[in-house]
Amino acid sequence: MNTGKDDRDVKLLEQILDESKQVQGVSLWQDAWKRLRRNKAAMASMATLCILGILAFLTPLLPLQSPIDKDLNNRRFLPPSLETVVMGQRDGLKFKDGRLTAQLAKFEDEIGELRTKQRSESDPDKRDAIDEQIENRIEVEHPFNQLWNELDSVSWGLCELRVSIFGDYAIPSIFGTDQLGRDLLARVFWGARVSLIVGIVATLVSLIIGVSYGATAGYFGGIVDTIMMRIVDVLYSIPFFFVVILIMTFLGDDAIKKRMNEIGIDQIMVFYVVIGAIYWLTMSRVVRGQVLSLKEEQFVESARTVGASSSRIIFRHLVPNVLGIVIVYLTLTIPSVMLFEAFLSFLGMGVSPPDVSWGLLLKDGVDALSSVKLFWWVVVFPGAALAATLFALNFLGDGLRDALDPRMKNRD
Amino acid sequence: MSTQIQSDASANRTSDPPLLQVNDLRVYFPFSRGSLFRPEHGFIRAVDGLTFDIREGETLGLVGESGCGKSTTARAIINLVKPTSGQVILEGTDITGLNDRSMLPYRREVQMVFQDPFASLNPRMTVGSIIGEPIAVHGLAKGKDRKLEVIRLMELVGLNPRFLNRYPHEFSGGQRQRIGIARALAVQPKLILCDEPVSALDVSIQAQIINLLMDLQQRLGLSYLFIAHDLSVVRHIATRVGVMYLGRLVELGAAADLYRAPVHPYTEALLSAVPVPDPNAAAARERIVLSGEVPSPDKQYVGCAFADRCWLAEDRCRTEQPSLATKDHAGACWVRATD
Repeated sequence: MNTGKDDRDVKLLEQILDESKQVQGVSLWQDAWKRLRRNKAAMASMATLCILGILAFLTPLLPLQSPIDKDLNNRRFLPPSLETVVMGQRDGLKFKDGRLTAQLAKFEDEIGELRTKQRSESDPDKRDAIDEQIENRIEVEHPFNQLWNELDSVSWGLCELRVSIFGDYAIPSIFGTDQLGRDLLARVFWGARVSLIVGIVATLVSLIIGVSYGATAGYFGGIVDTIMMRIVDVLYSIPFFFVVILIMTFLGDDAIKKRMNEIGIDQIMVFYVVIGAIYWLTMSRVVRGQVLSLKEEQFVESARTVGASSSRIIFRHLVPNVLGIVIVYLTLTIPSVMLFEAFLSFLGMGVSPPDVSWGLLLKDGVDALSSVKLFWWVVVFPGAALAATLFALNFLGDGLRDALDPRMKNRD
Repeated sequence: MSTQIQSDASANRTSDPPLLQVNDLRVYFPFSRGSLFRPEHGFIRAVDGLTFDIREGETLGLVGESGCGKSTTARAIINLVKPTSGQVILEGTDITGLNDRSMLPYRREVQMVFQDPFASLNPRMTVGSIIGEPIAVHGLAKGKDRKLEVIRLMELVGLNPRFLNRYPHEFSGGQRQRIGIARALAVQPKLILCDEPVSALDVSIQAQIINLLMDLQQRLGLSYLFIAHDLSVVRHIATRVGVMYLGRLVELGAAADLYRAPVHPYTEALLSAVPVPDPNAAAARERIVLSGEVPSPDKQYVGCAFADRCWLAEDRCRTEQPSLATKDHAGACWVRATD
């Protein structure tokens, strides 16, 4: 307003502004959080998932045994035991002559020697040749690369940290060992990384496709909506399970695998995207329905009356109101994606060795089950890990739905 | 209160053209029904040839039963629905069916207060940002100035400005309607379309909101289009009243005249249905009970749309459509309007 703006007036208003900062309202998010905190199952699930996530991320740092180190002679199907194991000192291991730390030191010495040799070399061609030699040796012979499969740089750093903290110590095989004598505890942990990442990445892919597709259809409505949703209906009618099998079989072909490796596409990455690209259908329907009903709400109409632009209406008015449902749906999609991954891996079409996932572990476990001798641990531990995670996600999703559901909210 | 706000719109320019003119406004909604192979197409005639004007500083009440097109009229004026035909002229400028961008400057002149104070405020926004939104959209003030402006507006409508950071669900119905009014006032409009602003509120709160609206009108020189289905509410606030039936105005006149001597039989029937506080007077009064239902707005009527329910109807009523004369108080009725 352009009148009545004398100094005293402005001062008074500023004073009120200061006072208003002490009266903070309770937003619907805070309200939902309050309700969620009262739900013990959901909070326990959330804590479980947080711990699981942190542990999965820090797996290379934990003093676990190698997940790929086989011992077919002495360690096949060992039941859970507390017998101490020293990293690198086991019979049948690749470096029998010492412990991991000793082996590492030896390897570093050898590389160091090569480097001094390289420095003293005057011919640049020979220097390059030695460079290549060093790289090759690290790739093949470095103890880390023998104990773990394709570590990324972060995991490599964590592994180094682990060696400097724990030295040669490794947790005993408390989960037993599998058919090839590999430590099951380590495999469950490394499998958690893959399974969780599949769940999260595939769900994010489905979130991005689903939300943008659904919101577009819902917001524009009319003929756009009709066409877009009919496409979804058609896709729904295709049994997507077969589509995935088809795609994964096609991509599993060696020639194509090789071609994709050349371009730098990881098989497992394709797997995430394929699952995500299939799970977006329901998400898009949910979002479209929400947007369709929200855009007829009076507060959207009042924003239009005020003159707010489309983008303002979408991002300030529609999205924050759809978000609740999307979050709930997200927590319920992650477990179904994880289960689907496990199922595909179980059928041998998902994650392939030497990568590990819970589904793959279960497959190995079931293969190892026989009527002659019951190796229960190979099935029970990976199964329990998967079941616990799925339960936690479902409880959390349920809790979130109860907490965010506007119908539960006393609207007055 | 320290806020002394005067609108630029001074109310003493009565000789000028009216603030808002609505000429022969029609809003038809197309529909199709029937089977896929034999579809039936038609129109819902929500607003069917409405003509009225609103002068500066006055309140035009618009009454009628639900479904008669009152709200659609308001929504068509402010371009939330596109009129099928007709004109909406704001201060001499035709704003009918303008697109969002070219409509923007006129949204500073006309604002709207919505019916449902629970649905018309975004539950995820604080009161401060709800009231500040029009200011932000029109780029009137930024940052701290915007907040100060919001505080001023909250004081103006009788809300405690210290509750700036609260959310709509922490307020009562009446307080929320005050928030809605503050939002409408934020761009300093000349005309506010009130779409049944009190019908969702308790009777005691209704009076407070009505008084607030009247008080604001005096202080800021506002004009209102006041839509309601409650005749006694309209009587209290309106200078002139229009009665709608099936998308058409059947009677338009100064409030006092219309309530004292209704011309159209429909108005008469409506007035006879208003409850009176005195039981003796209520018993003595003759209540006009209309037979039949409100006809469907998907048909085109040759004559008067009210003819089928009217106890005065003559042959002419069913064959020719009566029109509203341009005099001060007129009713669209063949039987009554001849004299």
